Amino acid sequence: MAVIDLANPSRFLGFANRIIPWLGALTLVVFAFAISRAMNAPDDYQQGATVKIMYLHVPGAWLGMLGWGLMTMAALGTLVWRHPLADVAAKAAAPIGAAFTFICLVTGSLWGRPMWGTYWVWDARLTSVLVLFLLYLGVIALWRTVEDPSRAARAAAILTLVGALDLPIIKFSVDWWNTLHQPASVLRLGAPTIDPSILIPLLISALAFTLLFAVLLLAAMRNEILRRRVRTLRLLQASTAS
Amino acid sequence: MEAASHTGFIVAAYATAGAVIGGLIAWVMLDYRAQRRRLGDLEKLGLKRRSATAQSGETIGRAGT
Repeated sequence: MAVIDLANPSRFLGFANRIIPWLGALTLVVFAFAISRAMNAPDDYQQGATVKIMYLHVPGAWLGMLGWGLMTMAALGTLVWRHPLADVAAKAAAPIGAAFTFICLVTGSLWGRPMWGTYWVWDARLTSVLVLFLLYLGVIALWRTVEDPSRAARAAAILTLVGALDLPIIKFSVDWWNTLHQPASVLRLGAPTIDPSILIPLLISALAFTLLFAVLLLAAMRNEILRRRVRTLRLLQASTAS
Repeated sequence: MEAASHTGFIVAAYATAGAVIGGLIAWVMLDYRAQRRRLGDLEKLGLKRRSATAQSGETIGRAGT
């Protein structure tokens, strides 16, 4: 089956039904391995055991941004091609991206208190991630407010495209401004600055979180397609009854 | 490094992440069951989408008839 064939909602449902159990099982195995590696990773010479929070915080941040990146591509699919599956993907990704951004914010705060002496500072990195979380809440609220899915999709797509400006701000905030947050140490020009004994468990954790994100997104998209079918049948029921 | 005094922060971080991920999984699973049930109830009434009708060659049913 070609990838383009999945753009048909019925074919996508068949694909999702087949792949979700296998991908879910793989996610469980990789997660168990990631937790084992994270628990057995050495302490950092400066930060001690609190470095274990990084195995949650960094994947949370990456996937929070990835979620908005996917929504941005879906927004283009909605506005340019008006493809219904693009709306479905954007709507399904919003709560998942919001949850991962929330994990990033809370774990960052819990990491910041022992390392920086404070749970929160209004510096550029922390504030721009908080803005991303608020943007997620705004998109979710928009989807819930507008009853007609196609109208809601267009409004949410515009907000998503505007909100995408926050992604480079998050990424480069530590370079553009003097922040309390450390600069990029994995995704940077040149080699990562983290020791392999800590970097490898971090990459395994990121893989586990990414697989989880993929499973949840597929499952949420399947739910959204079913929800739209329910809506269609209810409208049909109302029109035939009148 | 006061490792013991930091254990609470590490446990709180993992507990929060676990709760959020557990909540997401529960939400997706419960929503799936709810949508399947609603769709099943409507299809029992004889309602079919136009595309599904075109595929099966059946006529559109009327609710309660």
